Amino acid sequence: MNSIQDEVATLRRIPLFANVDPAKLKLLAFTSQRIAFDANQDLFKQGDDGEDAFVIIDGEADVIVNGESGEIVVTSLKKNALVGEIGILCDTPRTATVRATTKLIALRIMKDQLLNMIREFPDLSIEMMRVLATRLTDTTAELTEARSKQN
Amino acid sequence: METNLFRYIWRHTRKEQLWILAVVLLSMPVYFLSLDLPKRIVNSPIQGDGFVTPGATQPFLKFSLALPEVLGGISYTFPGFDLERLPYLVALSLAFLALVCVNGLFKFYINTYKGRLGERMLRRLRYELVDRLLRFPYGHFRRVRAPEIATMVKDEVEPLGGFIGDAYVSPVFLGGQALTAMGFILLQSYALGMIAGGIVLVQAVLIPKLRRRLLELGRERQLTARDLAGRVGEIVDSIADVRTNDTSNYERAGISSRLSRIFFIRYEFYQRKFFVKFLNNFLAQVTPFLFYLVGGYFAIRGSLDIGQLVAVIAAYKDLPSPIKELIDWDQRRLDVEIKYTQVVEQFAPEGMMDSALQAPGTKPVGRIDGPVEVESVTMMDDTGGKLVEDASFVLSPGEHVATVGEPNSGAEAIAEALIRLHPPTSGRIRINNTDLSEVSEALTGQRIAYVSGEPTLQNVTLTDCVLYGLKRAPGQNGNTPELPAIEILEARASGNPLPIIDADWIDYDAAGVSGPTELKVKLQDILRLVELDSDVFDLGLRSRLDLERHADWSEKILEARVAMRKRIDSPDLGHLIEAFNPETYNDQMTVAGNLIFGRARNPAYESQQAPENSFVRSLLRDTKLDERLFAMGRRIAETMVELFADLEPSNPFLEQLTFMTPDELPTYRGRLARDASQSFDTANDDEKAAFLRLALTYIEPQHRLNLLDNDFRQALLDARKTVFETLPDHDPDAVWFYNPETYNPGATLQDNILFGRLTYGVADGPEKLRIVFRELLNELDMNSLVFDAGLEFTVGTGGRRLTGSQRQKVGLARALIKRPDILVVNRGLSALSARSQTKIMKRVLKEGTGDGDRASFATYWVLMNTKNAIVFDRVLVFESGRLVEDGTPQDLLNRTSRFANLIS
Repeated sequence: MNSIQDEVATLRRIPLFANVDPAKLKLLAFTSQRIAFDANQDLFKQGDDGEDAFVIIDGEADVIVNGESGEIVVTSLKKNALVGEIGILCDTPRTATVRATTKLIALRIMKDQLLNMIREFPDLSIEMMRVLATRLTDTTAELTEARSKQN
Repeated sequence: METNLFRYIWRHTRKEQLWILAVVLLSMPVYFLSLDLPKRIVNSPIQGDGFVTPGATQPFLKFSLALPEVLGGISYTFPGFDLERLPYLVALSLAFLALVCVNGLFKFYINTYKGRLGERMLRRLRYELVDRLLRFPYGHFRRVRAPEIATMVKDEVEPLGGFIGDAYVSPVFLGGQALTAMGFILLQSYALGMIAGGIVLVQAVLIPKLRRRLLELGRERQLTARDLAGRVGEIVDSIADVRTNDTSNYERAGISSRLSRIFFIRYEFYQRKFFVKFLNNFLAQVTPFLFYLVGGYFAIRGSLDIGQLVAVIAAYKDLPSPIKELIDWDQRRLDVEIKYTQVVEQFAPEGMMDSALQAPGTKPVGRIDGPVEVESVTMMDDTGGKLVEDASFVLSPGEHVATVGEPNSGAEAIAEALIRLHPPTSGRIRINNTDLSEVSEALTGQRIAYVSGEPTLQNVTLTDCVLYGLKRAPGQNGNTPELPAIEILEARASGNPLPIIDADWIDYDAAGVSGPTELKVKLQDILRLVELDSDVFDLGLRSRLDLERHADWSEKILEARVAMRKRIDSPDLGHLIEAFNPETYNDQMTVAGNLIFGRARNPAYESQQAPENSFVRSLLRDTKLDERLFAMGRRIAETMVELFADLEPSNPFLEQLTFMTPDELPTYRGRLARDASQSFDTANDDEKAAFLRLALTYIEPQHRLNLLDNDFRQALLDARKTVFETLPDHDPDAVWFYNPETYNPGATLQDNILFGRLTYGVADGPEKLRIVFRELLNELDMNSLVFDAGLEFTVGTGGRRLTGSQRQKVGLARALIKRPDILVVNRGLSALSARSQTKIMKRVLKEGTGDGDRASFATYWVLMNTKNAIVFDRVLVFESGRLVEDGTPQDLLNRTSRFANLIS
């Protein structure tokens, strides 16, 4: 069944939403759109304006950056991943392309709704800071590694 | 135009009036005999005059004819048949019956003849009014209100039709009747005749006096009614301004005060009219009173026999009615004379165009092959403000001239003068060495094309809009429709041209094509040139076809439907569409949409209206579905209240609440709380309706509340089957059901091919579908069908179903398709983007240079975008009504000029 209840269950499994009131998650699920992507279809493209974030309910996707030598797959995303939230938070264009590698079902959360959730649940913003900080740490580590390789 | 109604009628219907007069006079003796006969019947066979002796006879049908002495004095007497008393009674009575019949037949013939006469004249008058309207000077149209003109042509002259047949006949006929009756009474009894005559005289003197005020009121009534029509028209035309300024109440008051004036005028009118009637009736009743009294006195005295008295009274019974009708006739005469004068005045403005300039030409007009010479032209607006001062220039054949300058600095006025929209106040414009004001409209209309920013489109198909400029004479394609002889006869009798609007009016030569097929190609080319082709295509997709005209299309569309089905059913397209299948539940539609499985013909059967629809409600009751839907609605309401009820009113989540408005949430919470038992049976009507409504708008993949299981779907399908079976009997015009085998006339061409609903939640679904759809149309070679459907799009009043830029493009296309010698564009593309303007303009100029079989044309282009001027042959710079610079763009750029300044 593709019902809201399943979507709420999925949302709860995402660390970011783990501490959010289930009723609010249900609201988030109801007001979000459930979208089906084909394999090789882009969820969004690098450089586009970011108006929404996606929670992957089923399927897998690659995060791809356009480098000088063509497309580079930066990382892969699996079920329960949240993607696209940076564009929403910073109002910047998408920093990468996200492309489905299998058939994929995602929950599309609109910018206003996510921001509103963050405002209403300070825990959510702390959680989000933590996720972003982790990613920053990872990126810094990778950068250091890459620099040291270059030298 | 003739200002006197009677002269107008006489001029056009002299012969008919004389004929009908002759018939009326012929009917008089019969009428007299029918008056005389009752007296003879009473006196002779009944009372026994001439039958004193038994076996006495009387001659029946005895008459004598005699020529006067001067002609020889020959006389002839028909002895008649001698009849006894009873046969004589029978014979006389039968003669009376025959007379009655002949009398009636006369009346029948006369009335029909008069009716036809009146209708012909009305037709002539209306035609003449519109004919004059077509020749009004342009300036006059700024001062008149369209609905007033329409009222005059349609309503105000209407009573004239009824009157014209009576104009001469009635006074003679009724007067003759009255005189006959009077003469008869006088013959019978001089004294009684004098009494009747005296009273008639009183009426004749008194009534016109009382009526003077009535005439005045009649005139006011006409003017106020016309004004009302004009005002209502203005409100319709300016409805956007009324709404955006919140002046609807001001308009209401304006209408109310006009209605008030009309009311009091009419009220006084009726008071006076009925007073006059009362007086007439009274006087008419006084006479019999006198007859009974005086006539009775004479009869008792024996100086008048009873038969005579009865005859007098019988004759008198017939006297008031002609007199009364004569008075009525006179009343109508005055009324229609006023109306006629008032209307004719309005249709005789100063400076009307000579009708010869519009006369239909028999041979094709020549080209304008010489230059257009504008010599010292000065133009003023109707307040005397100067629009252009002393402008002179020459537009050579094939030359492209652009004008630049501030808006309304003179270039626009010249453009209007070039097409005779606004005549120069002084100076002149010459084409083909003739003053522009003297050439026929055929030449200016066919060889000069004008594109304004606000082309007026009639409410016809897009094709007809573009081809409007080619409709010059009927039967261009050699197929003039055969008109029935009676139609031709009547048109001639009314001074109308033949009613051949259904003929082919297109001038194919003018468009440079040989016939309809080539014209269509040409039309497509021009629509592409003005960038209207993709618009037409989209209109075609969104149009509802008139299958009566295109029976062959439906087959093609159904074929496309099948092909589309195959394509979207393939797994790689991810089932973009859930097709309409009468046998299965369509998840992408609302519950109500699944029940009424079709396009509503009657708005009451739209799926949003389903909860109020009595048919649907009784269906739900009968199938017990209402109980299940009620429970489902409750579940929806519970979820919505749970999710949304505690949110701040400004919370953006509330935008996602589609089942109800946020204001309704507390009401639903109340409804849920009131009935804790959740029982359908104890719920009141309001609750039932409210919860049913929620359930009926539910769409599973959109709302995802998991409320529809297969069992429920099956129950809904069973109900659908009942709808299929019973609705057509209940209301055959309710719904066009979705039937995979037939074209659905309620759906657009596109929806008929797709024949299903876009599946919810397919990423980029609409975009994917569009691509697949276009591919399909290409493959099935259906683009021209869609294009043709678009060409049949009806543009709406004034073209309002098109956008402003589409209207302007139609205006340009209309100008180009007639291949003019001179193209005048007066800010004609102002609603388009600067880029489109430039692109289209360049293409038009290229078209205008002419090559091969294409003739070149000169252009006078009032530009919006000064920079575009450099691609023209010559530039005219206008400044405050003066032509200040004139030269090639290069020349002007090479020196310090205003043009160079404007460009930089």
